[in-house]
Amino acid sequence: MAEADVTNRKPQDEVQALFEPQGVREEQTPRTDAEGHGERRPAAAPASPESAPPQAEAALAPIEEPVVSPHPYATKLREQRLAKEASGHARRDTLLYLDGVNKSFDGFKAINKLSLVVARGEMRAIIGPNGAGKTTMMDIITGKTRPDSGEVFFNGDVDLTHHDEAAIASMGIGRKFQKPTVFESHTVEDNIRLSLAGPRSVLEALFHRKDQAERDRIDAILETTRLTEKRKLLAASLSHGQKQWLEIGMLLAQDPELLLVDEPVAGMTDAETEETARLLREIARTRSVVVVEHDMSFVRELGVKVTCLHEGSVLAEGPLDQVSADPKVIEVYLGR
Amino acid sequence: MLLARFLGPRVWILIAALLLAAVLVPMANLYLSPSHPLHVPSYMVPLLGKYVCYALLALALDLVWGYVGILSLGHGAFFALGGYAMGMYLMRQIGARGVYGNPELPDFMVFLNWKELPWYWYGFDQFWFAAIMVMLVPGLLGFVFGYFAFRSRVTGVYLSIITQAMTYALLLAFFRNDMGFGGNNGLTDFKDILGFPIQADSTRAGLFAASCIALAIAVLIVGWITRSKLGKLMVAVRDAESRTRFIGWRPEYVKLFAFTVSAVMAGIAGALYVPQVGIINPGEFAPVNSIEIVVWAAVGGRGTLLGPVIGALLVNYGKTYFTAVAPEFWLFFLGGLFVFVTLLLPRGIIGTIDYGWETWRSRRRASREEKGESDDGEGQPLASPAE
Repeated sequence: MAEADVTNRKPQDEVQALFEPQGVREEQTPRTDAEGHGERRPAAAPASPESAPPQAEAALAPIEEPVVSPHPYATKLREQRLAKEASGHARRDTLLYLDGVNKSFDGFKAINKLSLVVARGEMRAIIGPNGAGKTTMMDIITGKTRPDSGEVFFNGDVDLTHHDEAAIASMGIGRKFQKPTVFESHTVEDNIRLSLAGPRSVLEALFHRKDQAERDRIDAILETTRLTEKRKLLAASLSHGQKQWLEIGMLLAQDPELLLVDEPVAGMTDAETEETARLLREIARTRSVVVVEHDMSFVRELGVKVTCLHEGSVLAEGPLDQVSADPKVIEVYLGR
Repeated sequence: MLLARFLGPRVWILIAALLLAAVLVPMANLYLSPSHPLHVPSYMVPLLGKYVCYALLALALDLVWGYVGILSLGHGAFFALGGYAMGMYLMRQIGARGVYGNPELPDFMVFLNWKELPWYWYGFDQFWFAAIMVMLVPGLLGFVFGYFAFRSRVTGVYLSIITQAMTYALLLAFFRNDMGFGGNNGLTDFKDILGFPIQADSTRAGLFAASCIALAIAVLIVGWITRSKLGKLMVAVRDAESRTRFIGWRPEYVKLFAFTVSAVMAGIAGALYVPQVGIINPGEFAPVNSIEIVVWAAVGGRGTLLGPVIGALLVNYGKTYFTAVAPEFWLFFLGGLFVFVTLLLPRGIIGTIDYGWETWRSRRRASREEKGESDDGEGQPLASPAE
């Protein structure tokens, strides 16, 4: 049905971000011209060296652009856009940018002036006691919950608060739930197939043909998640740990830039936990990963920068040893 | 064969049986003498045709309930709308042969002192127009209703309730004489369809054959949809809707597609039903009818292609039988059947057979593995930190 496409349509700049090559995306500023025809040109100088002075090659250079219309309204819009882009410069090399985010449910402040920055290619572990707002933060990033106030940007200047779950997922944010959610009445292979990046329209799905490229990608993902031998089994018959890996495999199939992983090792055996840490480190080589986890030994095994949340805001941030030595963190974890 | 693998042998047997019935039942009715043991009496042909239409309706419901998990308690409305569109064509075919002899207006309009045909009756003297409306009107209602319901993320029991409210609202609307659809009495007293006298045995045989063919085509279409990637997505939406959202699908459009296709199929079933029973009235919108459809699909086994067809045929045969033998007990029997199926056969007849078969096979496989003929790989530890 065609309307599936219509609502999938996003402002031009985000669509362009989607069309960029897979893997780690280059830093650039997709922009539209004043009439909104979506002509794309690089903001930084390389493509037009003669028009820009050499120092403009730095990403923070002001954007030069002809004034298209003398009409005051168009000029005003252009100025607004330029101002927005200028502020976007600061975010350009960050993948995920949360600033002053607030969210309360019936007076309870689940998220309280939360600010968090995840750089491209970074793996970040988020720890915090129950009710610290970890899951609400994930909900806000993935569009399930709208924040009361604050900024949430992805990939520089995509405002996530204006998009719904499906649109955000298509932009390249994958999410794994705390409780493994896979499609139990489908085979492992079909679970991956449904998650593969690609068109998301109903009619395309109806007329979809399996091809070799698709099979190769499924094979590769099954290989990464060590599920090759289970491919023909129903997902319902997998063990708890295998379901978690299948879900991570489904995220990989989406080919996201950012993976949000909620408590991936809850309920796993030690061997499975170790295997999961290996899997996440492997994924983090090409993508950014945010892991929410309670299990300290697992976080230690990941060996990445840690953010500790408490009562909806950041309490401490840094290497695990430094964070766990922080008296505030100790008080939060042990002092009650 | 590729085709056999596409839907499985059982579904092809069903389709073959339907096509065979489309030929054999009319022949046994028209060409065998009444004394012949295989003769099908004339009253039986439209009765069987009615069952086949119900089977098509149950299949339509199964597409949304069994595969996408939308429990619609208002599918009778789409069925009735398709029936009304066909009924309007049949009314216009009466022409001057009505009681009042008005060549333009149906009898009930003359009776109500209407002077001219309302605009929405225009075009229904043409079969092609009526045929389009049979699909378009239920399809459009399904689309608009589904669009608002699914976009607002109304699910589960709330959705069931508003579908029930929809059919009830239509019931009340069609009861009104001002609507121009014959009010309480509905549309009846049909004379002919496409020029053939509607009471004739040969016409009834033709309608029966058409119903069987329509059901066979519907089984193929639903089979094709549910075996496609979209079909897998439908089941995924049924089982874990929020997961589909977070991998970038929009479940509301999946539901909308299934709901609209299903509404069109229900409309076609209604259009084939009306000439065979000879009447369409607002009673078809009654909420109880829609609930009965759910019972058919549940008894046969939802989420299968065969189940709703078998369920509709069995339950309606039972209804005919019981209402003849012990009419006062039919409703108790129907209620008891639903309780029985819900408690003891939650998968329905076909679903239970499938499940039993699968369990038996996996048990046999397991016992074979115990004897040492295991297929490799299955038992390997996955958590081995490799390389």
